[in-house]
Parts: sequence; C-alpha cells; structure tokens
Amino acid sequence: MAEEASRPFAGLSDVSIPEDIPVEGDISVPVGASRRDDEYSTLDEPVKETILRDLRAVGKKFIHVLYPKRSSALLRDWDLWGPLLLCVTLALLLQGGAADSDDQGGPQFAEVFVIIWFGSIVITLNSKLLGGTISFFQSLCVLGYCIMPLTVAMAVCRIVLIGGSGTVSFAVRLVVVTASFGWSTFASTAFLADSQPPNRKALVVYPVFLFYFVIGWMILTFSPSQ
Amino acid sequence: MASANDPFQFQEFDEAGSLLEANRDSTTISIEVEPVKPEKQRKAAGLNPADEDDEFDNDDKTELLSGQQKSVPFWTFEYYQRFFDIETHHVKERIIGSMLPWPGKNFIQLYLRRNPDLYGPIWICTTLVFAIAISGNISNFLVHLGKPNYRYTPEFRKVTIAATAIFSYAWLVPLALWGFLLWRNNKIMNLVSYSFMEIFCVYGYSLSIYIPAVVLWILPFEWLRWCSIVVALCLSGSVLVMTLWPAVRDDHPKFIVAIMSAVVMMNILLAVGCKAYFFSKPEPVQHLDSPVAAVVTNST
Repeated sequence: MAEEASRPFAGLSDVSIPEDIPVEGDISVPVGASRRDDEYSTLDEPVKETILRDLRAVGKKFIHVLYPKRSSALLRDWDLWGPLLLCVTLALLLQGGAADSDDQGGPQFAEVFVIIWFGSIVITLNSKLLGGTISFFQSLCVLGYCIMPLTVAMAVCRIVLIGGSGTVSFAVRLVVVTASFGWSTFASTAFLADSQPPNRKALVVYPVFLFYFVIGWMILTFSPSQ
Repeated sequence: MASANDPFQFQEFDEAGSLLEANRDSTTISIEVEPVKPEKQRKAAGLNPADEDDEFDNDDKTELLSGQQKSVPFWTFEYYQRFFDIETHHVKERIIGSMLPWPGKNFIQLYLRRNPDLYGPIWICTTLVFAIAISGNISNFLVHLGKPNYRYTPEFRKVTIAATAIFSYAWLVPLALWGFLLWRNNKIMNLVSYSFMEIFCVYGYSLSIYIPAVVLWILPFEWLRWCSIVVALCLSGSVLVMTLWPAVRDDHPKFIVAIMSAVVMMNILLAVGCKAYFFSKPEPVQHLDSPVAAVVTNST
C-alpha cells in the first residue's frame, strides 16, 4: 500500500490505448432548462405545423367571440392576425359598390382600414387613460376580433342584395346589421368591462358603441352598382 | 411635526417642496391681484369668494392632496391621465350643465372646478362629426326619395369634411381665445384667468347641444330646422358668454364687445355652415309641374 501510494499513477504506466478504439462520451448535463428549450424550439418543425398552430389559435378566438362568456382566453394570448384578416375581408366586401365610379361614394379600402385601426387605437388609449388594467395589444385584439359578427353581417347583406335592393331587402339588412352590431358591442364589453373601475364603465363602453355603430352604418349603406 | 427627534422616523421632505411651490404661486398671485382684489370682492356677486378660494386654496390643496408634486412633462402618458380623472356622473352633470345655462352659474367654476377633462370634448366632437354625416346622408335620402333618377350614395367624403370643420372649431377657436385673453391679462389686472384646458373643455361641452339638434334636422322641414338652430345657438352661445364673462368684464368695453361678438359669430358660422353644406333644402311641393325648378333647387 505504501509503495503504491508513494508511486502515484504507477498502475497506469503500462496502460496503452489502441488507436482504433474511439474514445467518446456524453458531457451534456441533463438540466431541465435545455429540455424545455427543446420542446418550445419551433425552428425545426414543418411550416405547415407553424401555420396551423396560429390558425387554430385564431379559430379558437373566433369561437370565443361567437359565444362570449367571461373567459380570459382572448385576453391572455393576444394576436393581431384575426383582426387583420377581418379588417381586410370587411374592407374588400365594402368595395365594388356604387362608390367606385363616383367621388361621393362609399368608403375606400384605405378609409375602412384607417377607421378600424385608428378607431381601435383611440378606444384603447381612452380606456388606458381612464385607468384600465388591460394592455394595449390585448385591447386591440379584443376590439378587432369582435368585428367578426359585423363581417358576417356584411357577407349576408351582399348575398341579400343579389336578390334585389328594394324595401324588403333593406328591412332584412337592417335587422341583420342591428343584430350583429348588438352582438359585437355585447361581446367586446363582456371582455373589456372587467378591466375598468365600476364608476367609469359607461365612459369606456360608449366609444366602443360608437365605433361599432359607425361600422354598422357603413355596412348598411352599402349600395351595389347596377 | 415631531420628526426631528427620532432619526428612524420617516421625514416627509416633499411636503416642504410642495409648500414651497404653493408659496411661490401664492406670492405671485398676491403681488398682482392684491391691490385690485379687495374692491372687486365687495363689488362682485356672490361667486367671488369662491373665485378667491379657488385661486388661493385649491392651488396648495390640490398640490398636497393630489400627490403629484412634480410637474410631469407633456410627452409622457401620465400628463394626459390627469385629464381623464372623471367619473360617469361627472360627465353627465357637465353635459346637462352645458345644455341648460342658468344665469349666475358659471360652467367653469361650477362644473369644472379646476378639473378640466379631455374625455368630454373629444368624444362629443367625434359623436357630432358622425351625427352630422349620418343625419345629412339620411336627410338627403329622404328629400330625394321617390325620384326616378336618384341613386343613393353614402357620401363618405363628408365625414372627413365634417371632422375637419368640427375639430378645427373645437381646437383653434379656444386657442385663439386663450391667446387673446392672455394678451389682455398682461394689460389689465384680471381676477379670473382661465387655462387653455378649461376654455377647450367649455367649447367641447358647449357643442353637445348640437347633437340632438342635428338629429332633428333629418326631418325635411325648413321651419323645424331653423327653430332648432336658433334654440341650439341661444343655449350654447349663452353658456359660452356667461362662462367668459368673468374673464373679460374688467376690460375696456370695446374689447368685451369684440370678444363676445367673435365668440357668438364663430358659433353661428359653424351651425349655419354645417346646415347649409350637409343638409340640402327640402323642395317646394309643386315640383311635378316644373322639373327644371326642382333641378335648380336640388343643388345645395
């Protein structure tokens, strides 16, 4: 023992490593963080999956708008794809009216865009200045998604207008637009109202009401070219 | 105030700072106003003690109580949050107060009370813009209903024009008025001076009477339109005149007349201009015989 202790590494002097056996090993430390990184790293997934994930999120939010309960799913993961899609659809559907040839016609594509986005931004700023606890983009997200009933109403109006543009069609369009305007306002206040102090709720709801009223007006007054 | 003995007791240093600020304010006011104030106080009506209270006490009270001892620069969000510090019933009271002027009740002193807000003017102006555009559109439609060659168009351009007219009235006229009052304040020792926000607030709320008036203009009866214009002009004009009266009554009579008539003139111009541009005249009944005359009167 003492001799072995006095001669350290003595047993290793006759160890030789042949060159054809590769020396390999794994020096990665199994830490939790890197594993989580691997799970959420989306660089390597196929493109279809990336797109489908976003589409699924957008679709889930559409369903939440259709049946507004006091759920915070819309608020937690905000995204602006849905509002963009709805805004472009609405602006495109509002084209092709009597507007295009006239100067005094309906709203141009850019005007619809500006009204929707600028209106949403002003309403969001208003609600934040009044002391709301909702964040800027969450509010934009909610206001944009709640345009969906009005977009559906626009599509229905265009279909009704194919049948004719008399008094009956006007009455049907009026009912459809009023119902969807009420639905939009109700859905967005269901999501936004909780973030306001109770003595200012009406102050926050009124601009939302005005916003959807103006959009509903644009939809109702759409007159097709003949 | 026994904070000097105990070294561990929290000492409120910012109290002294705000006192100093309030003191600074009150010394400058007392230098300008003191020789004039005692006589004016005896002469004027019962609201003047409220004036004096407002001038002196509210400055340091609001400084100490509001917790905003430092002045926030105007490019930050917090600066504008100050102007949204109101509740629903405040807005309702202010709107009703602007529609029903009462002699002796000054809008700024009674309703604003040193808390001008931006919410009311901005949303009242926006509502008025869309009300004018939509009502004008509906009234045009009703006037031309039944004519064979009339095609309905939404006339969306008019929203932009209405917005430009209303918002420039609501911003530029108060700015000019405030500048003018500031200039006169340098010449004449004035007891009451209004900040720009207060004047802007009064102008914004005074437009609220036009919203029901504009909706009434949908009905194509000229007498109804002129009646409602006159009523609305009287109400909103009297609110403006009664509010501005304390700020100009110490001035030369010619300046008083100039300011008041300018205020009333701009109001009339806005109302009549909107009516003429957005609402076409309803036609005389016998248009079946003279289609030419109908076409001539068609053009607004």
